[in-house]
Amino acid sequence: MALCVRALLGSAAARSLASPGRSLLPLRGRTLTLPGLRCASTVQQRVELKRRKALEGGGEKRTEAQHARGKLTARERVALLLDPDSFTELDMFVEHRCSDFGMEADHNKYPGDSVVTGHGRINGRLVYVFSQDFTVFGGSLSGAHAQKICKIMDQAMTVGAPVIGLNDSGGARIQEGVESLAGYADIFLRNVMASGVVPQISMIMGPCAGGAVYSPALTDFTFMVKDTSYLFITGPDVVKSVTNEDVTQEELGGAKTHTSVSGVAHRAFENDIDALLSLRDFFNFLPLSNKDPPPVTECHDPSDRLVPGLDTLVPFETTKAYDMLDIVHSIVDERDFFEIMPNYAKNIVVGFARMNGRTVGIVGNQPKVASGCLDINSSVKGARFVRFCDAFNIPIITFVDVPGFLPGTAQEYGGIIRHGAKLLYAFAEATVPKITIITRKAYGGAYDVMSSKHLRGDVNYAWPTAEVAVMGAKGAVQIIFRGKENQAEAEAEYVEKFANPFPAAVRGFVDDIIQPSTTRLRICRDLDVLASKKQTNPWKKHANIPL
Amino acid sequence: MLSVHASLRPRCYIISCHSQYSTVYDPHEKTFDKILIANRGEIACRVIKTCKKMGIKTVAVHSDVDSSAVHVKMADEAFCVGPAPTSKSYLNMDTIMEAIRQTGAQAVHPGYGFLSENKEFARRLAADGVSFIGPDTHAIQAMGDKIESKLIAKAAKVNTIPGFDGVVKVRVALLLHLSESLGSARGCTSDLLTVCESCSSEAADKSRTYILYYNCVCVFIQVLADKHGNALWLNERECSIQRRNQKVVEEAPSTFLDPVTRRAMGEQAVSLAKAVKYSSAGTVEFLVDSKKNFYFLEMNTRLQVEHPITECITGLDLVQQMIRVAKGYKLQHKQEDIPINGWAIESRVYAEDPYKSFGLPSIGRLSQYEEPLNLPGVRVDSGIQEGSDISIYYDPMISKLVTYGSTRAEALKKMEDALDNYVIRGVTHNIPLLREIIVHPRFISGDISTNFLPEVYPEGFKGHPLAAGEQRELLAAAAALHVAAQLRSQRFLGQQRVSSVPQERRNWELCVELDKGVHMLGGIKLNLNTGLSLCCKTQNLLLLSKLAASLNKLMPEKIPEDTSSILRSPMPGTVVAVSVKPGDTVAEGQEICVIEAMKMQNSMTAAKTAKVKSVHCTAGETVGEGDLLVELE
Repeated sequence: MALCVRALLGSAAARSLASPGRSLLPLRGRTLTLPGLRCASTVQQRVELKRRKALEGGGEKRTEAQHARGKLTARERVALLLDPDSFTELDMFVEHRCSDFGMEADHNKYPGDSVVTGHGRINGRLVYVFSQDFTVFGGSLSGAHAQKICKIMDQAMTVGAPVIGLNDSGGARIQEGVESLAGYADIFLRNVMASGVVPQISMIMGPCAGGAVYSPALTDFTFMVKDTSYLFITGPDVVKSVTNEDVTQEELGGAKTHTSVSGVAHRAFENDIDALLSLRDFFNFLPLSNKDPPPVTECHDPSDRLVPGLDTLVPFETTKAYDMLDIVHSIVDERDFFEIMPNYAKNIVVGFARMNGRTVGIVGNQPKVASGCLDINSSVKGARFVRFCDAFNIPIITFVDVPGFLPGTAQEYGGIIRHGAKLLYAFAEATVPKITIITRKAYGGAYDVMSSKHLRGDVNYAWPTAEVAVMGAKGAVQIIFRGKENQAEAEAEYVEKFANPFPAAVRGFVDDIIQPSTTRLRICRDLDVLASKKQTNPWKKHANIPL
Repeated sequence: MLSVHASLRPRCYIISCHSQYSTVYDPHEKTFDKILIANRGEIACRVIKTCKKMGIKTVAVHSDVDSSAVHVKMADEAFCVGPAPTSKSYLNMDTIMEAIRQTGAQAVHPGYGFLSENKEFARRLAADGVSFIGPDTHAIQAMGDKIESKLIAKAAKVNTIPGFDGVVKVRVALLLHLSESLGSARGCTSDLLTVCESCSSEAADKSRTYILYYNCVCVFIQVLADKHGNALWLNERECSIQRRNQKVVEEAPSTFLDPVTRRAMGEQAVSLAKAVKYSSAGTVEFLVDSKKNFYFLEMNTRLQVEHPITECITGLDLVQQMIRVAKGYKLQHKQEDIPINGWAIESRVYAEDPYKSFGLPSIGRLSQYEEPLNLPGVRVDSGIQEGSDISIYYDPMISKLVTYGSTRAEALKKMEDALDNYVIRGVTHNIPLLREIIVHPRFISGDISTNFLPEVYPEGFKGHPLAAGEQRELLAAAAALHVAAQLRSQRFLGQQRVSSVPQERRNWELCVELDKGVHMLGGIKLNLNTGLSLCCKTQNLLLLSKLAASLNKLMPEKIPEDTSSILRSPMPGTVVAVSVKPGDTVAEGQEICVIEAMKMQNSMTAAKTAKVKSVHCTAGETVGEGDLLVELE
């Protein structure tokens, strides 16, 4: 504890905290004769006392209980997340204003209430943070708690800096009733206003239930900690009473559920420390706001590095799978790829990487899973990622190997038309640099969707293994030559005509057919050229994406 | 664009090697115009290299999955001989004969394995008037039959093991031979009974040799004979370090032989070769006991895997010699011309996990691959490149790493450096084990036997134990890398909005977790996720700042999955047999199913006595590593 105290306070305060009891009074020993000064000294004492109380959060016992759950305290988390000594805390003296149910009693007042807020730096770059303190009223959200969060969000918007929320809250402060609900709505409104202006990240590090879940849902990225975090509208007890389903907390809203089944969370981490340190790495990919360029870091990986392995990566048989991640890892800087939603809708791969030090968003069909087809989940996953990149000036690199949209009643009834349109919409609307590489199949409507030339793709490449066609040879021949004999011969003719990159290349729908091993070199060169790209969409109040 | 045109051309990857040949390739000596290589992988590449030097055109054969393999790219022509399984491609004589006819190849080099010791293949070639670069049918047949070969050997006054019959029991060795060996020694770690069982089941489709050695030294004498009755012995190879009866480390010469024994063995080998009218390169295998008594075991009528070490110490190019002999030329050398120059060591680099029974096959794609060819005295024979797939269909050998020095110590030192400089990512490989073998005091002293691995690592191979100095080195390196990475992550180019408050930190207090031990290094948290490699063992390190380290103690330990009731495939392969069905009760240790991968059958047994809950595999199915096979209750 002493360690993080040091980090959070000025060194003088820390020194005084380190020594016990009365030494807390820094002016002790001076002759305090003037009435005004005596008053100042009591204020000073009270300041120190309140600060000390704020730093203790819910007290030693609750801190121990928090640790016993495998969770860190709100302040420990902030200390780990931010650069040492960079945290500037705001509203340490804010207290809740509830006077019902005995809440007004002194022992029910905690300076700072159940959230720690402020700003600090991650690798030197500004960030606003709030960290809910489960040791104070179970981290429940009071009017004051909400007000603190709103304050830093408003500031973050005015200076243009990301907001990171570390969520660990039992829910609304029931004693406060509607004030608590109003607080949630105030936060939601700011989440929406900040959306697309500054990056917003939620890290769920404990419970987050009821209305509270909508704040993470509105932010750009929701991460979770395995085994210790939960997100749900209603807990298992209510579920049991309403639908008679037996379900555990973990099954209902644990990290595994939300990262692999529901798609609510974007990634899960092993524990608090892993989560916070990974969040620091992730933060380095993001620009500070929509007015800032994405960060450029020093790159130790030559931009003209050839990747000979790619020349043999796409298998000879068009039906055989390969791993799109192999391509991504070998092309990006230092094989460093931060995958978003790695366990959800695995037929599309999305995530952040760098090319010659510049942040890029990567989108790729994954032939290893469901042949890399587009379905409802993968379309939505891809669309949201593309829109984030577009909102924050991050160039998009798309690797295409898509046999089409997944057929079937489940998909049609589920609205694949509407959901597939989201991905189409997102790519079409995006004005950031867009580079597309067709590695193998680009069939049918899915070809159009995947950042094609027709959707304002800036640079579209095909590998020699690419096939841009309405459909695979077999299906096409069955339609064109229905009832005719010599289907095999017709199929061979179709393959010769269409199962190659030339039909697209002769029409200029791909800009070049490149040797796979040169892909990294070409992308880096193009990004250099496209760095000054300026493109705007027509004025509109806002667009109307098919939600 | 010019660069694109150039890059679209099919590229030929020639993997250069530092050859130690002193042979002259006489461009005026008439030889074959075109040779077909009926093999794949490194040996096909090896043969093609010599052909190129001799000015011979080459034809590669390949299965469909191998269509972009290195040997295909290296050869002048390529011919697809069938689908992936070897029985349908590389062992498919019909399509290979068709390939010969269509390409007009005048001769066939069979490499090793596959059709190299198949007398039917040699006969069919002869019938078509195509030269077989190897011995003639008679020699293959005579030496292929375990009983006949020993009778011939006895007649040629070669020391044979006394009292042999179909199943041979010896003082030093227990041999279990099936007639008509295909040459590849097949290992089975399970008990003899299992071996017998699987032998009898396999004898039907393809016969193989099953040898169980017990603590003896295997010495191989390389012989070279022409069609004019001349024969030479080219010294010995020591190949005792084996796992699952497959060789791992070989060297030439042997530390075990003195010149007198060497000469005696060489002369007996030559007289055997002459007795069967042998022509081409071949290997005579002897068992040598501790009193340097030696006994003829068998003769391999092919070019052996480990031939490069003989080439290193003699300066001969054995493939060139085989081609010359097949063309009918007399040997160029006399026995007294054959030197022992220096020492050569060969390590077989396999895609396998050395921590599981000294090597369970692994498969995957070589995402990164760099051979240590920048070092002097290193030769790498490989048939793969970055991006190649190691598949379940073929031998999981990645390469043969050969180092050559004027003394054994020098060769060993070079091997150590070469192994340290070898970069293989994407598949699990046995370099950690190879490196431990060659620095082991017992190996260095030359105290080698076929039982070396089980004796030195009775508990199985656990990886290199870090000495105190090595640990300090590792921690220091980790800390330095971590600090460098941290400093770098704070530097942004052209970024206007980085704090103007100086960030520079001069003191770092670090805490490193290594093998559950915690080492304080002085000040902040560093997290290296990729692991560091020292002595070819990847060490997983967790670097944390002092603060993070103190908090890390509070993190709950994750409970690992209960594995006793779940049986997962330890490697990718094919399920050969499933011996249980749901509802059966199995006893601890009872066989549940058999997985075959590459050349090995693996018996999967129950970890506890229980009822079978569900079976997730069927015989004939292909499974990946970690796939669920059977669940117990």
